[in-house]
Amino acid sequence: MQKKHLTLPYVVWMCLFTIVPLLLVFLYGFTTTNASGDMLLTMDNIIKVFSAENLKVLGRSLLYAAITTIICLILAYPAALILAKKKGSASFISMLFILPMWMNFLLRTYAWRALLETTGPINMFLGLFGIEPQQFLFTESAVILGLVYNFFPFMLMPIQNICEKIPYSYTEAAEDLGANKLQTLLRVTLPLTKPGIITGITMVFMPTVTTFIISRLLGGGQFMMYGDLIENQFMLLRDWNFGSALAVVMMVLLIISMAILRKYDKDGDAAL
Amino acid sequence: MEKKEPLILFKNIFKDFDGVEVLNNINFYIKKNEFLTLLGPSGCGKTTLLRLLGGFETPSSGDILFEGKSIVSLPPYKRRLNTVFQRYALFPHLNVEENIAFGLNIRKVDKKTIKKKVGDMLSLVGLSGYEKRSIDTLSGGQMQRIAIARALVNEPEVLLLDEPLGALDLKFRKDMQLELKRMQQQLGITFVYVTHDQEEAMTMSDTIAVIDKGMIQQIGTPEDIYNEPKNSFVADFIGESNILDGRMKGDYRAYFCGREFECLDRGFGDNESIKVVIRPEDVDIVPETEGMLRGTVHSVIFMGVHYDTRVLTDDGTELIIHTTQKTTPGSRIGISMGPDDIHIMERSIYDAPVIA
Repeated sequence: MQKKHLTLPYVVWMCLFTIVPLLLVFLYGFTTTNASGDMLLTMDNIIKVFSAENLKVLGRSLLYAAITTIICLILAYPAALILAKKKGSASFISMLFILPMWMNFLLRTYAWRALLETTGPINMFLGLFGIEPQQFLFTESAVILGLVYNFFPFMLMPIQNICEKIPYSYTEAAEDLGANKLQTLLRVTLPLTKPGIITGITMVFMPTVTTFIISRLLGGGQFMMYGDLIENQFMLLRDWNFGSALAVVMMVLLIISMAILRKYDKDGDAAL
Repeated sequence: MEKKEPLILFKNIFKDFDGVEVLNNINFYIKKNEFLTLLGPSGCGKTTLLRLLGGFETPSSGDILFEGKSIVSLPPYKRRLNTVFQRYALFPHLNVEENIAFGLNIRKVDKKTIKKKVGDMLSLVGLSGYEKRSIDTLSGGQMQRIAIARALVNEPEVLLLDEPLGALDLKFRKDMQLELKRMQQQLGITFVYVTHDQEEAMTMSDTIAVIDKGMIQQIGTPEDIYNEPKNSFVADFIGESNILDGRMKGDYRAYFCGREFECLDRGFGDNESIKVVIRPEDVDIVPETEGMLRGTVHSVIFMGVHYDTRVLTDDGTELIIHTTQKTTPGSRIGISMGPDDIHIMERSIYDAPVIA
């Protein structure tokens, strides 16, 4: 009981920087300010979110996030299995994956821009084989590449973490009972690593949907994502009310998808 | 002719892990329907030997034949044997029934047969009605039984057991030992059992292979190994014993503890240095004047069935005697033993201080 007051700083912190801003977002989202400076309750902003134009951006964001998540999963799962198996050299290799994360993601994305340019190193390399310079930058693929590159570690880490915790004897037991490598993977390894996969999906899908800048830098503004849309309202158009409404809708969507994921993860032991 | 052929044959098996030798020239065979125990202290290589048979390791050199055919290159899932793992390795995401049915599902056995077989297995291990239980609600002993059921339901030719009773308490272990033996006899399956517990090995086995330092020190029936240990390691590992230095004085005569004894061994060189093994229960306490050796009792501990009596003989040797006869510390006694109680061993690597 005595220790209760020790949590006070955290409670204050949470209130100031999480709850209050959240309430403000809701407040702005459901209000508008008229010419005389009065705040009026309205649903206009929310309704505006569901305009065809905005829904297209939302759809694109969800699609990109889904593609990014799937690619990350396909790349990370085998990598995690291999890394978990070889204990010694694994830490060095995981380090290589994590190392870029120490740099700001903006810098990394700028680096990709340089790499992908028509006069960039990749095209120069292809030129050695007589291949014409390709347009890599400002394509959808470039955006997806940037997203995968930025969010891959968030898929790898939770899966690798759980792979390391699974005793190897489960794999041996499955093989002993007649399961070949594929059957062992499908019937034992995959179900046992499910919590890691779910955590990975959550940690990649959610932030990807709301991501911004990457799409602008690598897509050249043609492939606006939901995050860019929100940013524009605040930074460019100064329409805080509509920006907040966009954020509210996104939040609701994320909460729904979290709930769906939780349902799949019955044991609730995802490392989130 | 085929019947004479051993079921499994280990030929010149060597195994090292990163240059550290674990198994050194293992040669032995396993007969059909036999209960064979690999017995040895931890780190002796017994588990590695079992894992070679299960297919989880490959030998550095040598061959393992199963009914005359080499199996070293076969993956575990192609071998007609199943393993009960040390920590059971029951799948935590499956319930009892699904665990037991795992192997049958892989082989695409039809649902009705699976249901019946799982039920039969559960009743064999005494856990009928546990089908839907989740693994983490089971006690250690129950997990143990499920692990056995999960292996046996596949009707393997050979069941490999890696210290399966290690995590159970003593009373339950004794029950399980008898039960395992019963299952083995009832099903007529060959059991290969790994343990470091010599009592467990004695209770259950038809054949015991005593392993140390990556080598088979002795292989034989429990009686053979107990009564005629080949070297002082085996003698020491299998039950308590008195191991004494001595010399042979021609055939059937051994010299130790300052006098000559009649024994049953021959063929040693005259004055050849030997080790003498005398089991504590083979030594008789007699009145001092009638003894072959005389000594003073210096400790008596009541062990339930017998007294653990320590005697210092007049030539300075300490002998352990297990007897139902009660003596008091400090009393003078005589010691007597028959020719068949004296077991002669050649000196081995265990006796010499340094081997070049």
